[in-house]
Amino acid sequence: MSYRPPLEDVRFLLGDVLDFDGRVTGLPGQAESTLDAVLDVLAEAGTFCANELAPLNLPGDGAGATLGPDGVSTPAGFREAWRTLVAGGWPGLTCDPEYGGSGLPHTTQVVFEEFLCATNLSFATYLTLRHGAYHALRLHGSAEQRDRLLPLLASGRVAGTMCLTEAHAGTDLGLIRTRADPDEAGGYRVSGTKVFITAGDHDLTENIVHLVLARLPGAPSGTKGISLLIVPKIAADGKRNGVTCTSLEHKMGIRASATCVLTFEDAWGELVGEPHGGMRAMFTMMNAARLSVGIHGLGLADGAYQRAVRYARVRLQGRALGGAARPDLEADPIIVHPDVRRALLRVRSQVEAGRALALWTAIELDVAHRHDDPVVRAAADDLVALMTPILKAGLTELGWEATSTALGVFGGAGYIRETGIEQYVRDARIAPIYEGTNGIQALDLVGRKLPEGAGRLLRRFFHPADAWLERQRGNPTLAEFVDPTTRAIDTLRATTLWLGERGASDREEAGAAATDYLRLFFLTASCYMWARMAAAALDPQATCTPAFREAKLASGRFYIARVLPEAGALAREITAGKASVMGFPEAAF
Amino acid sequence: MKIAVCVKEVPDPTAEKRIDPDTKRLVRSGENTLNRYDRHAIEEAVRLREGAAPGAEIAVVLVAPASASRTVDKALAQGGDRSVHLADDGLSGSDIVATSRALAAVLARDSYDLIVFGQQGSDAECYVMASAVAERLARPCVTQVAALALDGSSLKVKRQVETGYETLEVSLPAVISVSDAINEPRYPSLPAIMGAKRKPHEVLSLADVGLAAGDVGVDGSRTHVSALSKPPTRGDSVKLEDDGTAAEKILAFLVERKVVA
Repeated sequence: MSYRPPLEDVRFLLGDVLDFDGRVTGLPGQAESTLDAVLDVLAEAGTFCANELAPLNLPGDGAGATLGPDGVSTPAGFREAWRTLVAGGWPGLTCDPEYGGSGLPHTTQVVFEEFLCATNLSFATYLTLRHGAYHALRLHGSAEQRDRLLPLLASGRVAGTMCLTEAHAGTDLGLIRTRADPDEAGGYRVSGTKVFITAGDHDLTENIVHLVLARLPGAPSGTKGISLLIVPKIAADGKRNGVTCTSLEHKMGIRASATCVLTFEDAWGELVGEPHGGMRAMFTMMNAARLSVGIHGLGLADGAYQRAVRYARVRLQGRALGGAARPDLEADPIIVHPDVRRALLRVRSQVEAGRALALWTAIELDVAHRHDDPVVRAAADDLVALMTPILKAGLTELGWEATSTALGVFGGAGYIRETGIEQYVRDARIAPIYEGTNGIQALDLVGRKLPEGAGRLLRRFFHPADAWLERQRGNPTLAEFVDPTTRAIDTLRATTLWLGERGASDREEAGAAATDYLRLFFLTASCYMWARMAAAALDPQATCTPAFREAKLASGRFYIARVLPEAGALAREITAGKASVMGFPEAAF
Repeated sequence: MKIAVCVKEVPDPTAEKRIDPDTKRLVRSGENTLNRYDRHAIEEAVRLREGAAPGAEIAVVLVAPASASRTVDKALAQGGDRSVHLADDGLSGSDIVATSRALAAVLARDSYDLIVFGQQGSDAECYVMASAVAERLARPCVTQVAALALDGSSLKVKRQVETGYETLEVSLPAVISVSDAINEPRYPSLPAIMGAKRKPHEVLSLADVGLAAGDVGVDGSRTHVSALSKPPTRGDSVKLEDDGTAAEKILAFLVERKVVA
């Protein structure tokens, strides 16, 4: 098996660190979602990904998605894998039982997506985009639209897309020109061209539901005049609607994922929600999608790590600096060399913290969606809102760094296609870009999330973290984790105050600091997760094995010693201010 | 028709197997799971239920520690209707003789028309449990079944042997073990995984099946491990770095040993 789903780590995080049974199983409708049940589900999901999707990854990259007269074809094996997924009910993992789904918590979807992305990110895109469409329709569609479309999306018989971007309107969606004109029958006729549409056309499903941003006649300019429409690939009468994939992008990575130019020519569509209310609905999709894209980075990072470790154990080169480790062999496996170990641990320690952050946030998302008490829901929602840009950017940057570092472990062989690791690097580069570039995520964090409610979102992070650290204060065995975490959180707090004061009066100051600030937050939150993981691992009640505990603590020590110090440098970079960034003469670039 | 599928919980096959030098037993304290060969046995039973034996009831039967409940759920998610689980601390240390005695005692409580095993356990690589249980139950037994067809009260089976295949007919009730070539087990569906916990689970003690402590475990076993040692090395190995001539060198090596002419 080329990929081992990290089930032991997932069990440790959900069971020993994050109190899944206490936080999620008690939520309304979740009585059957016990930790054991969820782990059984995830074990099967992991087996499917490892056995069926991983073998399709490299061939799929070679063949790519192709455009023919009848539309887009996915690479060999994708259709069979999709059919198996649909037969098993997997597309409906977290969809509502009333629409045919299994109603499991979102936390399970996050883990499933990590497995999908670790084994075949291209394939994963077809599944996850459909999920975004499901949630947008669930929240903003009419009762009739929900009843008609959600069972199809939940089953995986129908796929979904998000059609936002146009050639001249990417980050700034206020510029879109696609038009939707009312017809006589109460529907709309949609015309325009959308670009970079992930899974915009393919042969996996009987139909595709496109969710399209367009302007109605007389709409106000900018984002206040954007409406959301459903445009099916196949119309209700069974005939092709006026939507065509006119070109496929030739991409650096995720080449088996069809990235389409979609041309809408008088295509029949129906409105979702109110006229000009499209941005609100689209943000529903984008927030869910941003967390999901963060998982792209996490999955790729772990997939690449596992490959690098396997190679480092069998590749024989040189002798250990302290004397031969395997004198019976003609050279030592490269895993004995300090720099190879450093590279592997840099990836591993960040992946483990990243997974903890993702699952911590996912549990809060489940609480935000399902808890009885609106006060609890709102608090959880605040934390998710704060963490969404941090996870999207932090984890996707990790994906890029980790895959490149893992490739380096292979030496020259890593640069060769057949080795398989270079695909991970190419696939990873899109994740910091799509669903809002990481630069945009950083602006969302400093421009929207920090000031919201006079720092209310920030308090959802700082207050529980402070309280938890305070409770551990007298525990000498945990001091090696708790003390650095306390200092890191103090640094983050001080930097946040600096940014709040400067950024409120000078938006360029906030803009110049944003990316570094997001990274500082990600590193600090990761450190907090490491303290929580160390505490759980050292707890005599923990269910993990002694070997797992030892590895977990050792990985955490590496993080504290060799990754966390970056936070200090970032704080200095941020508080150096905008002068060196904005002072450079534009003409001199 | 009543079908029993006997399954086993084994250590995660992707983890390295270790033997405890003190107990001289396989270490089972790590992650455990359903023996992968048993998935073929369950799948074949499910195919019978879907085809020639509509309405057949499939009981998943196992002898395993009480902690094996997740393995039981896995087997039920694969298609079993109910489980019968003999879980008793006294079973620890049972060899084939003792385990087959325990399994036969569980199976004898019900009138199964067909008892199906996987071809082997992936832990100790034991192939003979089906034969041992059949002997105790005085039932006909066919092992390594690669294809089967139900024909009234008998089974027509194709049995995989070293020289090819034997075609046999066996009257029911019978015991078979199926080869891992007989089918491709399906992935359990999500509703089936979630539904497994709701299926009837019967947990039995030794007393429930009429056995005493001395019948099983170390006392009931006929095999005792007196010492363990590593297998001898296989002599000098030759490792070739491919400088473009490796294929020729391998060919020369094989010709020298008369493997190829």
